[in-house]
Amino acid sequence: MSAGPRVGLFVTCLVDLFRPTVGFAAVKLLEDAGCSVEVPTAQTCCGQPAYNAGDRRDARAIAANVLRAFEGFEYVVAPSGSCAGMIKRHYPQLFADDPVLGLAAQALAARTWELTAFLVDVLKVSGLAARYDGTVAYHDSCSSLREMNVRDQPRALLAQVDGVELTDIPDGEACCGFGGTFAVKYGDISAQIVGKKAANVARTGADTLVAGDLGCLFNIAGKLHREGATVKVRHVAEILAGMTDDPPIGEA
Amino acid sequence: MRPTSARFHDNVDKALHDADLQTALHRVDKNFTSRRTAAVTAMPEFEALRDEAVRIKNHTLDHLDLYLEKFEENVTATGGHVHWAATPEDARRIILDLCQAAGARTVTKGKSMIAEEVALNPFLEAHGITPVETDLGEHIIQLADEPPSHIIGPAIHKTKEQVSDLFVAHHAKLGKSERLTEGEDLVAEAREVLRPRYLEADVGITGANFLIAETGTSVIVTNEGNGDLTQQLPRTHIVIASLEKVVPTLEDASTILRVLARSATGQQMSVYTTFSTGPRRAEDPDGPDAYHVVLLDNGRSKLLGNAFRDILRCIRCGACFNHCPVYASIGGHAYGWVYSGPMGAVLTPTMIGIEEAHHLPNATPFCGRCEAVCPMRIPLPKMMRHWREQAFDRKLEPARQRLALRVWAWLARRPALYRRLSGMAVRYLAWRGRPLGRLRDLPFAEGWTAARDLPAPQGRTFSAQWAQRRRGNT
Repeated sequence: MSAGPRVGLFVTCLVDLFRPTVGFAAVKLLEDAGCSVEVPTAQTCCGQPAYNAGDRRDARAIAANVLRAFEGFEYVVAPSGSCAGMIKRHYPQLFADDPVLGLAAQALAARTWELTAFLVDVLKVSGLAARYDGTVAYHDSCSSLREMNVRDQPRALLAQVDGVELTDIPDGEACCGFGGTFAVKYGDISAQIVGKKAANVARTGADTLVAGDLGCLFNIAGKLHREGATVKVRHVAEILAGMTDDPPIGEA
Repeated sequence: MRPTSARFHDNVDKALHDADLQTALHRVDKNFTSRRTAAVTAMPEFEALRDEAVRIKNHTLDHLDLYLEKFEENVTATGGHVHWAATPEDARRIILDLCQAAGARTVTKGKSMIAEEVALNPFLEAHGITPVETDLGEHIIQLADEPPSHIIGPAIHKTKEQVSDLFVAHHAKLGKSERLTEGEDLVAEAREVLRPRYLEADVGITGANFLIAETGTSVIVTNEGNGDLTQQLPRTHIVIASLEKVVPTLEDASTILRVLARSATGQQMSVYTTFSTGPRRAEDPDGPDAYHVVLLDNGRSKLLGNAFRDILRCIRCGACFNHCPVYASIGGHAYGWVYSGPMGAVLTPTMIGIEEAHHLPNATPFCGRCEAVCPMRIPLPKMMRHWREQAFDRKLEPARQRLALRVWAWLARRPALYRRLSGMAVRYLAWRGRPLGRLRDLPFAEGWTAARDLPAPQGRTFSAQWAQRRRGNT
């Protein structure tokens, strides 16, 4: 066992169901940096689909489940700015009128981090032992950028990976149009937005697109593939952990 | 105007397939954001100014009654009149009475969103008074008989070619039948057509960007100078403004002015910032003989006490429109009422009801860029979420969506069952995604798959693999 901090991994539902590689990459990055990582089995989802649909009651019930499942960890880390943002920025509001769970929500919020920010800001990770040969464009997810102040951390980590040439996406602060259930409920608007993002990604000439949020990546990858683009799409943790043996997102 | 917000899906479909609109929107998208960024970056104290602007508005809203009374007192002291309008009907009636008392046949109008909110033009026309819009954008949409599609660029949805066509169709009877194609020439023609109208008009109606309590002054901010001609040449000047436009002092107005134009167009200041206090005094070279301010409530005083209070800080700069991916995709008309964009998604339901407008706060990816650029730091996404909660409580969303959500939420609270069922679903999707690793179509997810592939799951869930790894370790 390591002597580092005890970290509860919030896997996120998308990683759990669609891309387990990202979960294992996150575990590897955290363990390599000296953390002892546990994955509470009582976790399912952060509750954002209910919260964003205006279903406050269900959102609270699911969030209360997360509060219990992650009690006692020194840190809670998620490979997603969106889910980490839900816990950090929105749980305290969700329980603002509850004297007991409100305090628990604030305490959990204070301990919750997005993966790349945790690696850089808390663990001060340097000298990652990974290699990836390619031109990599990093997409800023809205939640990472505007809720979690994540911008420089993933870029600093990518700069440590041998062989990576990093490029910026034009109009990089623009949303990709995912927005959770928005992408299905208002699919035509969402498709229009992601069309612009995919065009801007193509404009970089990068051969690989990465981000810290699987929702954005599925959205952009889906659009790129539909248009016949050959850009490889991966979660940033896969590159950082050197776990790129599995096919990229949406490929076999 | 009659709202069409409930038919949002149809409106969106039309907008997405309107090639002219898409061309026009593409231009907005590119220009406004970069100009704002440049203006804001050039000003190190911008964030501090935002904080101060927010403080001023919050303070004013805390004491709104006091400052409104003070404003009225000072307007009266300088020879003007304040009229209180609780509803749009009141506002229309007051303005009609004032126009009729002035014997008005034509009125010139500066750009005013409040005049749009109360649907003033059709009302005046129905009573035999011709309103003449003098702002270039408003002139264009008056010719097209359309509502504004952006709070600071009402005709931003029109391409130059469409404007050329409109001018040929409507200016020919004024002797301007040549089809012009250059922007400058079009502006010159509009100026020539509008110039005599200022002199004919009996009444000039403008909006207000600020009302200053300590002096009883109304302030307008324009780039064309049309507002000045509108309010100085006719014998009567009527200001129509909503009551949250009041600020305590001149100093406060100048603080907010410093964030307004930078956020709106990236200018340091608009070309014209005009202060009007009372009617013409004996020693003034020009100005109107009568000065009236119509103060509209239309539900705003109720917002002071509820979850939507912060929207009353809005200074109508349009920054949230210019940075909104939804607005950039569908334009303003698809929102189906006077206000559009993120501020409209919050404000419109307060005026036409959440039943009619429930799509507006729901149709956003919550990207948060509106709040990030709002000079008044209005938490727009948070207020859209309040509306979503009200829409959910009133069961306004389609039954199929509600059912899917309830089933999912029920499962998400039962981890063991969730794991078993989701594991099965994931294996099925992975199988369907063979051999490419993605799905071209999927029942119940056409919204996604119509325009994008859906990447297939890798096969086994993380939780199943993790449990196996743990068993292997022990």
